[in-house]
Amino acid sequence: MQPDSRGYFGAYGGTFVPETLMPALEELIEAYQKARQDDDFQREVEYYLHHYVGRPSPVYFAAALSRQIGGARIFLKREDLNHTGAHKINNTIGQLLLARRMGKQRIVAETGAGQHGVATATVAAMLGMKCVVYMGKEDTERQSLNVFRMRLLGAEVVEVCSGSGTLKDAMNEAMRDWVTNVRDTFYVIGSVAGPHPYPMMVRDFQAVIGREARRQMLEQTGALPHCVVACVGGGSNSMGIFHAFLEDADVKLVGVEAGGLGLSSGKHAAPLNAGRPGVLHGSYSYLVQDRYGQVTPVHSISAGLDYPGVGPEHSYLKDNGRVHYAVATDQEALAAFHLLCRTEGILPALESSHALSEAVKLAPQMESHQNILVCLSGRGDKDVHTVAREMGVDLG
Amino acid sequence: MTGVQQLAEKFALLKKRSEKALVTYITAGDPDMQTTGRLVLAMDRAGADIIELGVPFSDPSADGPVIQRASTRALRNHTNPAGILKLVEEVREKVKTPLVLMSYYNPILQYGLNAFCADAARAGVAGLIIPDLPVEEAGPLITEADKVGLALIPLAAPTSNRHRLAKITAAARGFIYCVTVTGITGTRQDVTGEIARLAGQVREFTDLPIVAGFGIATTDQAAAVARYCDGVVVGSALVRLVEEQGEDSLQSVAGLTRQLKGVLSSAQVQFGKNG
Repeated sequence: MQPDSRGYFGAYGGTFVPETLMPALEELIEAYQKARQDDDFQREVEYYLHHYVGRPSPVYFAAALSRQIGGARIFLKREDLNHTGAHKINNTIGQLLLARRMGKQRIVAETGAGQHGVATATVAAMLGMKCVVYMGKEDTERQSLNVFRMRLLGAEVVEVCSGSGTLKDAMNEAMRDWVTNVRDTFYVIGSVAGPHPYPMMVRDFQAVIGREARRQMLEQTGALPHCVVACVGGGSNSMGIFHAFLEDADVKLVGVEAGGLGLSSGKHAAPLNAGRPGVLHGSYSYLVQDRYGQVTPVHSISAGLDYPGVGPEHSYLKDNGRVHYAVATDQEALAAFHLLCRTEGILPALESSHALSEAVKLAPQMESHQNILVCLSGRGDKDVHTVAREMGVDLG
Repeated sequence: MTGVQQLAEKFALLKKRSEKALVTYITAGDPDMQTTGRLVLAMDRAGADIIELGVPFSDPSADGPVIQRASTRALRNHTNPAGILKLVEEVREKVKTPLVLMSYYNPILQYGLNAFCADAARAGVAGLIIPDLPVEEAGPLITEADKVGLALIPLAAPTSNRHRLAKITAAARGFIYCVTVTGITGTRQDVTGEIARLAGQVREFTDLPIVAGFGIATTDQAAAVARYCDGVVVGSALVRLVEEQGEDSLQSVAGLTRQLKGVLSSAQVQFGKNG
């Protein structure tokens, strides 16, 4: 669906930002609308997605995993095989090409797990643009490999100590930079969150995931999947894969939020399951907050899901019931991580492991002729330190 | 008297006296509510014309480090909107200056727009400044604020074009808050680069008072900026004193307030475009 002219998906979305940024958002909306209808721009995006990112990414039938679990067959959309190892680059290719068209020379981005930061730094290097990435202090520690990768790519990585030192604080700091340098700077938001037009624009750039996967499932199985599962932090890989299936009423869509230590523990990152609507980072959407509207600390083993908000289109899809939002705890995600490593020889990102965990729960309740499509949004190399720590292994 | 009337009366008085307005900002609940109450009285006595109380928010994305830290301290003390309204009610009778609240949108939204405006007006709050609520999203809050005569004071920025200034000024109540620099709150070297043009453009659209803020810390800066507008806001410089001296900051906060008001009352700031 398209948001209305004010950037609302139903009741959710909008542009809650300081006045200083409003003209920049108006400029962005106009530039993006033009680019969207410009064949040259679309061809340029496609060129880089094909030759640079390596698209289309495969859909892989996880036969051994499916056999072990029983029930429905599980297919993996292999976004982990993209250049830089996650779906994030689909969006950064689009946004940086747009930034270049708009004549912006300086790029800022926030990052949680570091995947969006790496994807932004990568494309900035390729296009010769200056890039500054904001990353929470806690995340720089648990994702030190990605910090180093970004620096190798020529980006400046700024450690953010304010607040909880995670993704939301990195986003606050990126917004402060943008509001200060708005005249020459383009803010590359990494998820379907933020003020209009970001939720729509990022969704459009990520929608390639679902377009390909829908076609690939038809080619490989002769039918649409019965169920599509993806993890939801801010929600870009899930919006990207869901979008092509929204009109297919028979296809069940399941988003999986980070359950952390369990919803009842209060230590989770599941706004759609345990939050209520509020305004953060430019849009009105479900939010983990206290009774006074203060955003409360969230927890997930996965840095990329450790975010108290969620994209407004997800809030809309929750309320209208088109998408079911489940949760997977840290331990369930870890179990799915190990399972995929052992059965398929694929090391999934901890974010994606949340989606896998849900597929593992669903498959045995389904028939063997039914198919589940899981968005394997990223690879897990960045997470081996976290997993080792959980296993009590010291990698030094 | 409604909030809108309180502000109008204050600016009329200042005009009669040929003075520019001094708007002072502190974060409510930093270091604690009792001290905030005493700071309000101290600033009032020292000559502040309007006092802005910041409602702390967990994610103050329009604020620099000084106010971010103040917000964190205030939240650690469990400062909340209801407590701040209670404080306003308590000090309201003792101070002459209109009190306005500066808050991010979410705390007000969660309180309930209708309930918040009604309670704020009842407590004696004159106006609201919401840095993350542009005119496009302000409709519902303006409706509720207008019902009780509470002024929703909009921000205009150096990047605002004429089309936007027309919309902003049309929806404005109380005064227009002109942001001196593109950026966040906090002290700056240069705060006069853009304000002359911005204030001049805003003036073409409205007769409401124009107050400039962001980055103004010293008497020299206040005097320089005041030439182009009807008043200035000083925030981070005062909050820094509270940060350094805590409950003992009353004297130095009053001292800086007095110095700032001194230059804003003197002849040197009066020959601006609107003086």
